[in-house]
Amino acid sequence: MNEAKRYFQPEWETMPADRIKEHQSKLLVKQVQHVWDHVPYYKKLMQDKGVEPGDITGIDDIWKLPFLSKDDLREAYPYGLLAEPLENCVRIQSTSGTTGRRVVAFYTQEDIDLWEECCARAIVAAGGSNQDVCQVSYGYGLFTGGPGLNGGSHKVGCLTIPTSSGNTERQIMFIKDLSATILCCTPSYAAYLGETMKEMGMGPEDIPLKAGIFGAEAWTEEMRRDIEKTMGIKAYDIYGLTEISGPGVSFECEAQTGMHINEDHFYAEIINPNTGEVLPEGTKGELVFTSLDKCAFPLLRYRTRDICVLTRERCSCGRTFIKMAKPMGRSDDMLIIKGVNVFPSQIETVLLNKGYPANYLITVDRVNNSDTLDIDVEMTPEMFSDNLSVISRREKELIDALKAMLGIYARVHLVAPKTITRSEGKAVRVIDKRKLV
Amino acid sequence: MTVNQISVFVENKPGALAQITQELSAAEVNMRALSIAETNEFGVLRFIADNELRAATALREAGHILSVTPVLAVVLKDEPGSFAATVNVLAAANIDVEYTYAFLTPRTGTACMIFRVADNDVAEKVLTEAGIRLATREELA
Repeated sequence: MNEAKRYFQPEWETMPADRIKEHQSKLLVKQVQHVWDHVPYYKKLMQDKGVEPGDITGIDDIWKLPFLSKDDLREAYPYGLLAEPLENCVRIQSTSGTTGRRVVAFYTQEDIDLWEECCARAIVAAGGSNQDVCQVSYGYGLFTGGPGLNGGSHKVGCLTIPTSSGNTERQIMFIKDLSATILCCTPSYAAYLGETMKEMGMGPEDIPLKAGIFGAEAWTEEMRRDIEKTMGIKAYDIYGLTEISGPGVSFECEAQTGMHINEDHFYAEIINPNTGEVLPEGTKGELVFTSLDKCAFPLLRYRTRDICVLTRERCSCGRTFIKMAKPMGRSDDMLIIKGVNVFPSQIETVLLNKGYPANYLITVDRVNNSDTLDIDVEMTPEMFSDNLSVISRREKELIDALKAMLGIYARVHLVAPKTITRSEGKAVRVIDKRKLV
Repeated sequence: MTVNQISVFVENKPGALAQITQELSAAEVNMRALSIAETNEFGVLRFIADNELRAATALREAGHILSVTPVLAVVLKDEPGSFAATVNVLAAANIDVEYTYAFLTPRTGTACMIFRVADNDVAEKVLTEAGIRLATREELA
């Protein structure tokens, strides 16, 4: 095959919505029974709610089922939500969890296959085919990023370069010497690679990359444009979470107007995070996922804490899968400062608009019973001047723009370049020193 | 006839200045004149080097943010009133002085002042017409 395919699995990706629903209904009925039979932890949650498998006759009954949260996963660690005997499982993956216990997810070979197929769909949607060389610079190991895209890349038939993260100069050498055309990594690492390329005196014309598939953390449209310009590529978003499988739960197509959810495997709902009530399509709320056909670790109604919107409309790419917007933040990384809701992504938007790099550190503290917001920003050659008043004026413009965006005053600290820690996985951008519990 | 001044961003934390001067010293750069301007948060170290190219390269390679600005090096008689005379000439021509700082030259009997003004060409013209001499790059090297 010489010509790139438009879809990896056209029969699923372009299935009419009513037939997808039929399919989902069948799978859900089966999945609820499977969980009831094999996961005492969830069976008890159902019993507490007065629900039995017989009450679930189709996807429209899903609201009757109890939610699962990260707390349940911690509570049930490690085997409490496992639905298959261990001899049927072939893999575990684990979240990068920064607090508390880690979350461990189990996979049968079928689970791995469907996960990798979802990643393959994302790669094909980004223009990938067996003609491509796909460099996977996500971390390999317990983190799902590397293994997921690696498997997807194999399924598409790309020549796969499993660089994993780190060793940035070697990454760039491989891209150049082995003519990588597709790059998969976190957006912050992509930005870092781009910056390093610039420092090595390389521009977009020096590398063969055409597309990037970037996910696993929040990023803004401004950051997307930045990366696209530095590397001369089209940057595609990909979404996923270990609890549900890993990257590829949803993915962007060339229309870039949201990420198509792989609905034949994952059912999405938007709920009011405070009441649990299911909200109509097009309403902003917390995203909830149900694994319809995973065997080993089938979570029903798992609360992601991601705030987003679902829309089903005809997409120019021809896919029929419902689309989710880029998460507007997480209901648990949202900062409440002086009573105001602040999303780090808002701060990032302002910084990039004003010409500062996307590397920043937000520190929230409480001094004399009043919240403080401090933002460390790296100085750039463009922003620097021999004249103090020019720098001060630019600094004030930044403070004013932040005030306009956030509604509160932020103290800005200009720091020397490359002094804010860059991570090769997920960026740590917020330090909340307040003890509010 | 301007000389090139190097301005470096200095973070306001212990050791930041020491690090920069260390790097200049390692590159065997001699500073002819320097001044530091600071706010609560950060500072700008401005200096004239004997070899500006070597200085700028060393600092850039160490990852510092800097700019190179042409400024005027005015040679003054080391006696009362000479600075006032210079500033008066600039004021009369309505030239805005953004900042200025002094240093001693090896030549005895004269002092030297760095002037950062809005318009180097006009400033140079009025100063020369008033009989005030500007130092050349070679003199400072």
